[in-house]
Order: sequence, then structure tokens, then C-alpha cells
Amino acid sequence: MIRVRLPDHLCTLAGADREVVIAVDGKPTLKAVLDALEMRFPALKGALRDPFTAQRRPFVRFFACGEDLSHKSNDLALPMAVINGNEPFLVIAAIAGG
Amino acid sequence: MVGVRLLAGTRKGAFILSSNEGRQRWDVAGPFFPGWEIYHVNGSPVNPDRLYASQSSGWFGQHLQRSDDGGQTWKPVGNEFVYDGIPGTHQWFDGTRRPWEFKRVWHLEPSLTDMDEVYAGVEDAALFKSTDGGLTWRELSGLRVSDTGPQWQPGAGGMCLHTIMLDPNNQGQILVAISAAGVFRSNDHGSSWKPINRGLVSNYIPDPTAEVGHCVHKLAMHKSRPEVLFMQKHWDVMRSDDSGDSWYEISGNLPTDFGFAIDVHAHEPDTVYVIPIKSDAEHFVDGKLQVFRSRSGGNEWESLNKGLPQQNCYVNILRDAMAVDSLDSCGIYFGTSGGQVYASRDSGDSWEAIVHDLPPVLSVEVQTLA
Repeated sequence: MIRVRLPDHLCTLAGADREVVIAVDGKPTLKAVLDALEMRFPALKGALRDPFTAQRRPFVRFFACGEDLSHKSNDLALPMAVINGNEPFLVIAAIAGG
Repeated sequence: MVGVRLLAGTRKGAFILSSNEGRQRWDVAGPFFPGWEIYHVNGSPVNPDRLYASQSSGWFGQHLQRSDDGGQTWKPVGNEFVYDGIPGTHQWFDGTRRPWEFKRVWHLEPSLTDMDEVYAGVEDAALFKSTDGGLTWRELSGLRVSDTGPQWQPGAGGMCLHTIMLDPNNQGQILVAISAAGVFRSNDHGSSWKPINRGLVSNYIPDPTAEVGHCVHKLAMHKSRPEVLFMQKHWDVMRSDDSGDSWYEISGNLPTDFGFAIDVHAHEPDTVYVIPIKSDAEHFVDGKLQVFRSRSGGNEWESLNKGLPQQNCYVNILRDAMAVDSLDSCGIYFGTSGGQVYASRDSGDSWEAIVHDLPPVLSVEVQTLA
């Protein structure tokens, strides 16, 4: 089970808690986690990735274990600490405002 | 219960303001979708409890929400807006070509006859239709791929299709307005379209009387007389008496004819409202907030300012932020960039603020509930 932490906007969109736990079938890659997240919360489809190209939205980033995974291959397995549930997979919205 | 329900879209969420026929006291519900830009919320004329809301964010894209209980609860519906075929390109500010790229939904117009049918006007300019309550969307691409499509270009706010008007007497007739392209009409349910901009004069484009390129800000009509159209353009207030085939200016004695919003009284087809602002750069007039009303279908305008701030007021009213109810004493409503929603229970003779401190108001729609 993967722990995924969402930014506030996506909690309201999905009607989800700040942290959700999702099951991932097969190899727990970045793509597999995002697919599972959208499957569990269909309202998130199109919010993290373009619904057609599957490209990450420019102002969304993915972090885990202190590392920015945003530019890693979608097929790369997530860190073991995320896979075993010790660390969350973080969906981060770019900070803006002021 | 007879009453009214205002649907306000704001920069940071949606609000629903409700009152009975007296319109003296208002209940304010919301924010719905807090933190999200809500460009537009609109209700079905067939079933007023069916609402649609356009929810977007620069971070997380476009989403659509639907309510079947008058806004008490909402559920996400379809947000896949795919241009038909190869999108092609349109004109950009600097003369280069840009590919059509979906950005957001500006306006939602539910069908007059079927609550599951709804039209969406989007940026980059195109018209989409859903026949399943917003779950799926299909482009009515005859508009965008018409002869003039490649000539369209954005206004400062983006190349948006912001106005959709359905003719109550002729189900096949649809009018849309696009900034900065102009007005287009279909007489075959949206299959084919033609530009209807004859009579518009826009001195800010190379050919001021060009077939397209006019920055039309908003259209309005009275449902009893849909062939008569009123327009607030980037400059000029205009009128057509022939469903848009030709236009003539009715700015008359307005202090300035720049503005965004325009609407028509619910029971007086020749009573028109605009909220002029000084220019495209100065979105106010001398620190005073004034609605102007014509009871003669244009040209002769009177200032309505009783109850509106008359000093130190520099708010703006956007194109979709004015609406009218259809109670016996017609109510007029508008929302401002300062977060106020003003209401008049007497056709504009006097005004008061229902709320003062919402986020900047992007749109206001009114439902008159029987």
C-alpha cells in the first residue's frame, strides 16, 4: 500500500483526506501510482497529468524521500521506503501568490 | 417557495445567494470548491435544481461539476474537451500562427428543453456540447473550422467563446460571441456557422469593418423578441433588429461606451442595462459606480446610482457578472471585482449590496424559482 499526500486543492476536488492509501497492482512505478490514484479518485483525472498526453502539469511536482521525482522516468520504481509505506509519496503544487 | 437564487462564480470559489420573493434578506452558501476559479455557474431552465459549474486552476486544469439538488451537493463530471480532428492554427498577437489549445471553460449554457443538454464555450475559442449531463463533450466544430477560424485572435483576456444564446422560438438557432473574433450564428443546431458582424466598427484593427476580428464583450436579448440583440463591444453599445444580420450603434448619451456586461429587463424588451467604464485601461468611471438604463432600446440612457458608491469606487464588472430575475418587479444583479454583489428589486431604481466581501466576482446568474 502506498501513502499519497495531496495538496489542499486536490483534497477538495477528490473529496479525499490529505493523505490517502492506495493499492498498486504490479511494479509500483510513478506511472502505476498515478494510474491507481486516478482510478481510486476519478475526479483527479486531468488534475495531475494532461488527460490525453499524460504529461505532468507544469505546476505539479512529485517528491518522495526528499527527492524530486518529477523528471524521472514514469517507469522507474518508487523508493523502497514509499513502497513499504514508511514514507509518503508527495504531490506538490508550485508555490505562488504574494 | 417563490424566490430567487443567485449563482456567483468567483476567483476563489462559488457562492449561492438565496432569498424569497421579497429579496430583503439573503442566505449565503459557500464557498463551494474553495480556492478554485469558478468562471461560471448556471442552472437548467428545465430543472432549476440541475446546476453546472466550471471549475479551473492554473495548477490543476479544467474540471466540471454538476449538482442535482440546487447546489447542496456536487459531483465531478467530464472534463475532456478534445478539438475535433487536427485543431490547426489561429492568429496570434504578433502575427504568427498558434495551434488551438484548450485552456478553460468560460461559459456554460444549459439547453432550454433538456436538462442533460448543455453547451460549453471554451478558450481557445470553440463550442462544445454534452447530451449526457456533462459526462462527455463533443465539439461543434463547424464553428471553428469555418472559413474565418484561422483569422481569429485572442483579446487580452484570451481567445474565449464567452457568450452562447439559444433562440427560444427556433431550437436550431444558436448565437455565440468570441473575443476577439465577433458574433457567429448557426441555424442548424450548430452544424454550420456564419459570422454576423456587419455594422460593427472597431478602430483598433487594421480593417475596422472586417468580417471578423471584433472584440465583442457580451450579447443580450429578451426571450419574447429574440431577433432583437443588444451588444456591449470593446467600444460601442450596439443593437441588431434582424438576428445579427446587421448592427447599429445605440451608445447615445452614455458617458463612455466601453464596458463588459449588458442585459435586458425581464418584462420590458426595450429596457437595457449597461455598466460603462472609462476605457480598456481604466476599468472605472471617476470613482463612481453607475448602472445606465435605456427604456427606449438604446441611445437615451439614464444613470442609476441610488445606493451605489459615488466616491472612491474603482471596481469593475465582468461580462458574465450581470443578470436579471423574472419576478413581477424585475430584479437586477451584478457582481464586482471588489467582491460585492449588488441587487435592485425595482428594475434598477435603487440598489443595495447583498454581500460586500466575496473574492472577485467572475459571473452572476439568477434563477427565479416558482
